[in-house]
Formats: sequence, structure tokens, C-alpha cells
Amino acid sequence: MTFSPELEAKIERMFSQYPPDRRRSAVIPMLMYAQDEIGSVTRELVEEVARRTGITPLAVDEVVTYYSMLHRMPLGKSHVQICTNISCMLNGGTELWEQATRRLGIGHKEVSADGKISLEEVECMGACSWAPAIQVNYDFYHQVTPQKLDEMLTQLGAAR
Amino acid sequence: MPYNEPNPAEVRVLSKRFGIPNSQSIDVYLANEGYQAYERAAKMTPDEIVNVVKASGLRGRGGAGFPTGMKWSFLARNSPKPKYIIVNADESEPGTCKDRLLVEFDPHQLIEGIMIAGLAATSNQGYIYIRGEYRYLIDIMNKAIAEAYDRGYLGDNVRGTGWKFHLATHTGAGAYECGEESALLESFEGKRGIPRIRPPFPAVAGAYQSPTILNNVETYAAVPSIFRMGGEEWAKLGSPKNGGTRMFCLSGHVNRPGVYELPMGFPLMRMIEEVGGGIRGGKKLKAVIPGGSSCPVLKAEECNINMDFDSLAAAKSMLGSGGVVVMDETTDIVAVALRIMRFYAHESCGWCIPCREGTTWLRKILLRIYEGHGVASDVDLVGELSKNMLGRTFCPLGDAAAMPTIAFVEKFRHEFEAYIQKQVPAAQPDPLLQLASV
Repeated sequence: MTFSPELEAKIERMFSQYPPDRRRSAVIPMLMYAQDEIGSVTRELVEEVARRTGITPLAVDEVVTYYSMLHRMPLGKSHVQICTNISCMLNGGTELWEQATRRLGIGHKEVSADGKISLEEVECMGACSWAPAIQVNYDFYHQVTPQKLDEMLTQLGAAR
Repeated sequence: MPYNEPNPAEVRVLSKRFGIPNSQSIDVYLANEGYQAYERAAKMTPDEIVNVVKASGLRGRGGAGFPTGMKWSFLARNSPKPKYIIVNADESEPGTCKDRLLVEFDPHQLIEGIMIAGLAATSNQGYIYIRGEYRYLIDIMNKAIAEAYDRGYLGDNVRGTGWKFHLATHTGAGAYECGEESALLESFEGKRGIPRIRPPFPAVAGAYQSPTILNNVETYAAVPSIFRMGGEEWAKLGSPKNGGTRMFCLSGHVNRPGVYELPMGFPLMRMIEEVGGGIRGGKKLKAVIPGGSSCPVLKAEECNINMDFDSLAAAKSMLGSGGVVVMDETTDIVAVALRIMRFYAHESCGWCIPCREGTTWLRKILLRIYEGHGVASDVDLVGELSKNMLGRTFCPLGDAAAMPTIAFVEKFRHEFEAYIQKQVPAAQPDPLLQLASV
């Protein structure tokens, strides 16, 4: 399995940053960056990461199942992550979550039929003082109001 | 620009460059006292460096408040193994959003603090473990690291001194548990983030079983100002035995939520009223979670307190990671307790049974109370279950789940009982919300 030249360069740099006998340290970064490129953690990717780091595919699987940002199924083009943890909850995060599920007709970790949007109720993302917060892929949106969320979802291609 | 307006009550030491245009660049950093602390530390012996940090009274900003200088002094410097500096940028304690700003607006201050730790440890390699959700910070940090290499602050021969020091970022992939130092090290080594048995502590066997200094972002970020001002002067910024300033993350029902740098020991009520602009909508204060979700709640009448490690410990709570969550009189404490337990049940790594099963059962019982199906004995059961988790796990996540829960039940028992007496008929759960809410 080959990655884009940019990712290959990144992986090469990564390996140079860990001691030569500690290639396993690159497992999680490699999975994260490759997932960004491929869209999900496929069987093929697991085997490739195992081969390159010198561990078994099972050991890679153990890692994949542990971390909440690693997923085996493709997400929507825009992955909308709504925080409902304490500071966001006190500022309307739960209501935003309910609003998004109703508007999209999908629930936690589900993808819209057209593949444009997926939803996830997430834990604290470190935006507590600017709550309620949403992350779309890696982008932060602070002090989101119901109106703002509605506009965001429209822009991302949600049906009315 | 930072996300909230600064406040006149702030004492801006770590955040003094926030708001300066292009504050991330090495040129702006150098023009604002940048890397002067390194130059000073480079002339000292490792023991002298540790003594300056000891004199500053700096205590770990990740939550535990352990004296940093003492932690550095435990490092097995005579070990033949390589020494590592690891930075915990896995900020994920609910209520906490400060490390994000320290990386976003002043990455070179962090690099300089790491370098000084590197000198103290006679280390040649550091790593910054950044939570996966903070991808944009990894980009900012990588850019700053590249600049530092270009200017000779990192590399095989740092500033011509012959000292070799390399630094790299490392991404996490979504796990609160990896903010715990030993789970972070496991994760860094490419494994599931489960805690290690201690001792040995990281100072003896940390990354790759080698001696390691591991601190929070804010702890390292405080180090350059300590070396510029001198340990004793820096200590005086705070309260006795609680040196310096810290970044407080004010959130919840206040008029001006934000991250504010205030002296250690700053009165909580002043923080809420003067800095935060008081409770929103003219409502009354009900309670405050003083240092992130794992800290026992303070009732309004307990809030006349100074915000430092010792004052909060005396009040049977904790200063934690500086996440101050303010709740007004309309707040439903049962809903808050349930949400916090859902978090811990989700984040428990499953390694220790008291935590894995305890958080799961507490979540189920709290949900049952919240949904109106609780029985009278449930209130005591929540308290007892929590107390049985305390001190029975390898890492503090079990305690972090139990401690706030015990306080919620003890201090707001009547609210839990009111839910039980209400006995609402079973609602039809919304199928869309169901998966997420249980």
C-alpha cells in the first residue's frame, strides 16, 4: 500500500524522530494521518501500519479499538462533532445536539444517506470558555447558537 | 487574537505575548524577551536549574499540583539510558481550555521551557504529545519547532554550546485517559492508553523505560518566566507554597467566560464577580466546580475561598487543572452529575475493574434517577459505590469519577431525592438520541 508523496514524506520524518528500535511509536500518528487521507482505518491500512512498524496486525487492531478518533467506517465528508460535556451543556450544547439529530435524521456516529455529513456527540474538546463548541473535521466553532448551527448544516449540504 | 478580552485584574506573565500580532513567530518571541531564560539556564548546572524551579514554588499545572522542582530532582540523571522530556498537551479535563492557548499564541515559550527542562535532565530529546483533536496546534507547533531549528535553538549543537537537543510533536487519537502520565507514555509507545503500575515513576522508568521528565504544557510554559524573574520573585506572584500565576478557565453561567491569568490564591468570588462579570441574567450563584470535572463541587456559601492548591484541599476539593465551572441557581445538579459520569464511563480505559464497572454502574443508576425511575436507596447507593472506587485503581481516573459524585450527593442530596419522589412515567426515548444518551 502506498500513500501520497506528502504522507510518505511525513511518515519518513516521523520514523526519524523516534529511536530506530522504537518504530512502534509511529503507530498512532501513522493511523491518524493515513485515516485522514483514506477516510477510515481499513484492513489494508492496519496491515500496512503493522508491516511498517514491525508489530502484528492484531497489535494494531488493539490500538484502533481503543481510540475514539480512529474509525473503521468512513465518516461523512463533514464530520460534525458536538460537545455536550459540562461547560457546553450549561450553555445549550445538549440542545444543539438534539437540533442536529432532528434536522439530519441521524444519530450518534451515523452518516447521512448522501454521505455529506456524519454526527458525533463528543466529550470535552477544550473550548469550555467559548461554549457551546462544535468541531467540523478539525475546525473549531465557538459560541454556536441554534441559528448558527442551522446555517452551518445548510452550508455543509444538509437538506432543509 | 485570543478568544476573550483580557481583564485588568490579570497578572500576565505566561500570557503576556497573547494579542501581540504574529506572537507565534520566533522573531516576535525574540523581540519580547524570548530565549533569554534559556541563555541564563545554559550557564547553570542541572542542580542549579532544579534549585531555581524549586525556589519558584511552581506546582504541576496538569491537576495534581506536585512541586515541579522536586519532580525534576527525582530524575535518575546518572542512569546510562537516554533521558526524555515529554510534554503533556493532551488537555481534556472537562472545563479546561488553557493549554490550547499557550500553544496557539506562544509556542516558543513552550519550546524554551522544554529546553530548560532538557538542560536540567541532561536530555537530548523531547516530545510534545498533543491530543488528536488539536490538529491545528500540531501545525503551529511544528512550524515553531522548524523555526527553532533554523535559528539554532534546537539541533545537534544548540547555539554553539555542543548540547544536542531535538524536539518533535506526537499526535494522540482521542482518549482522556492518555492525559494520565503513565497511560500517555503507553500511548506514546504505540499502545492502548492504559496506566502503568508505579513505582517506578517516570523519573526512573518513563518513555521507553528511560528516565523521563513529564509535565503539563502550562508547567513548562511557566519555566522561562521563572528564569527571567528569578525563582523567589516568581514565587511572590502567588500565595505561600503556591508560586506564581496560573491560567484559569472560567466557563458556565458567567457574563464574561474566558481564560484569565491570575495570581495563585486569587479569591474565587472576585474571579466570578470582577473577572467574569458576575452571573448571567442577574441570577444567583448555586455552585462552582473549581478545577475541572474531577474536583468536588463547592456550594455558593463555600465559594469565599482563595484559589490555590492548599486552600482548596482544605475545603476538601482541588484546584485541579484550573477549569472553573460556574453554575447558577437554575442548574440541575442531577443532570450535571449524570453528564460527568457519562464522561468518565466513556473514558474509563477498562483496565481496573473498580473504575470500569463502577463508572458504568454509577452512570446507569444516575440515569435511572434522572429519568424518574430511581428508588429511595439509590442515593446512598451512588455514594457508597463511589466510595468503594476511591484509591482502588492504578490511575486517578477512578478517583476523578468518584470524588465529584460523592460531593454532588452529599451537598445536593435533596435534589436527588426530589427526582426519586417525582417518579415520572417512562418517557418514549427518541431513537436518534438514544445511542448517545446511554
